[in-house]
Amino acid sequence: MMTQLIIEQLLNGLQFGLMLFLLAAGLTLVFGIMDMINLSHGSLYMGGAYLGAAATQASGSFLVGLLAALVGMALIGLLLEVVLLRRLYQRDHLSQVLATFALILIANELARMIWGPQPLMLNAPEVLSGPVDLFGISYPAYRLLIIVVGLAVAGLLYWLVGHTRAGMWVRAGASNREMAQALGIDVRKLFTGIFALGAVLCALAGMLLGPLLAVQVGMGEDILILAFVVIVIGGIGSIRGALVGSLLVGMVDTLGRALLPTLLRTITSPDIAAHVGPALASVLIYLLMAAVLFWRPTGLFPARA
Amino acid sequence: MTQLISPLIEVTGLQAGYGSSQVLFDINLNIRQGEVATLLGRNGMGKTTTVRALCGLTRPNAGSIRFLGHDIAAKPADWIARQGIALVPEGRQVFPNLTVLEHLIAFAANRAQQADPWTAAKVFAFFPQLAERQHHLGNQLSGGEQQMLAIGRALTTNPHLLILDEATEGLAPIIREEIWRCLDALRQSGQTILVIDKYVERLIQLADHHTIVEKGRIVWQGSSAELDADHGIWHRYLGI
Repeated sequence: MMTQLIIEQLLNGLQFGLMLFLLAAGLTLVFGIMDMINLSHGSLYMGGAYLGAAATQASGSFLVGLLAALVGMALIGLLLEVVLLRRLYQRDHLSQVLATFALILIANELARMIWGPQPLMLNAPEVLSGPVDLFGISYPAYRLLIIVVGLAVAGLLYWLVGHTRAGMWVRAGASNREMAQALGIDVRKLFTGIFALGAVLCALAGMLLGPLLAVQVGMGEDILILAFVVIVIGGIGSIRGALVGSLLVGMVDTLGRALLPTLLRTITSPDIAAHVGPALASVLIYLLMAAVLFWRPTGLFPARA
Repeated sequence: MTQLISPLIEVTGLQAGYGSSQVLFDINLNIRQGEVATLLGRNGMGKTTTVRALCGLTRPNAGSIRFLGHDIAAKPADWIARQGIALVPEGRQVFPNLTVLEHLIAFAANRAQQADPWTAAKVFAFFPQLAERQHHLGNQLSGGEQQMLAIGRALTTNPHLLILDEATEGLAPIIREEIWRCLDALRQSGQTILVIDKYVERLIQLADHHTIVEKGRIVWQGSSAELDADHGIWHRYLGI
């Protein structure tokens, strides 16, 4: 029984970690290459979820919803970068934080005006609504799909960043933007492409998590904080760091919440365990971040060594 | 050997600085195709700022920089690099997260339209040590290997003008000599080069003409023979 619980929670941790990776990948490159703090990254995730949910409701097809979310957020991401964000690159971090915080407020109000204050319902495709048998345990097929898609996207990003010429430019830009420019790389165009890609990944995460979580105003803020924890742990500007950091945070958070109260019951009274367990579980990822920063102040795989 | 044709780059009345602090006051410099020129001076006199302005990394306050007939003074660094100026920067600045081979592939271009362009394979033949380390990351190399990589990386862009800023600084004598050997070979191949370095005796052997900068102004310009003949200049302006 305990083994089944652990396997199930490991899979949940993997799924959560991979979805975090989709957000953290874009965020870490934006921060790493342009030294730009974009608090509105979570709003792209929310936007993807809303666009996908609305298109799914209108068309009755999850795939059409997914396509609408990806294309829509790619265009919105491009527009946002070209019209607004590129004016902020030369500004200090405080200006960037203030401007992108304003974007969060605008995005939240826009979502409320268009879709109302109530959460939108987004159901998983019918064919994936049941469980599948996996290593002798029954596991939701939709969650398994999220893991498969997450792994596929992580593999694709790994290939793109690690084995293509554009990926070399991205890594070079993340490590030393000025030198990359002095070698002929148009970092602005590169960044526009990265920002659009980041928006698409956010939309994918929003759409995939939509059926598991509520599609509602403000959904981007909570996950944004976790995404920042991930990139600090992984090392700013590093895709490999984002992947490892995401999986660590996903696993520690999920396993902590599921198993810590049970473990505490073995060393203390059930009453104390019931109170302390959830509270302690919720701070585990921050303890993890503090531990990583203590031993590796620039994160596990910093782009700028 | 050296072909003295029209100026490849003409710098006129260049002024530049950082914020309110002006570093360059009136820099005039011409380098012709196939020439090797040097920029000399004590530390903090404006040599690196001049090079940064030529590469678009520091925006000039006044003056013009004409390169291949274009005024490049207000252009972005990546545009200038694509016209054919390559920098081997002070401190080498290799990318810690790219392998040696990736450094030589990522920025490769034939900007000077050379018949036998520099490729990763040609760089490996030029610097055999790098071939052995081609799968190592930039931060896993020794200082000398990093310097060879920084030169190789610039060469794979096949530039019209190669600029080296303190390329031999901090290197062991044997590695330094290796870098000089490479610069000699590049000169023989007709590569136009601007060098900043402290080893004046070696620069006299390598270069055609020299410019000495002091406090952001040019205080002396002349040929290798003229510089070699007047050690008073070395003492007065270079502290040697």
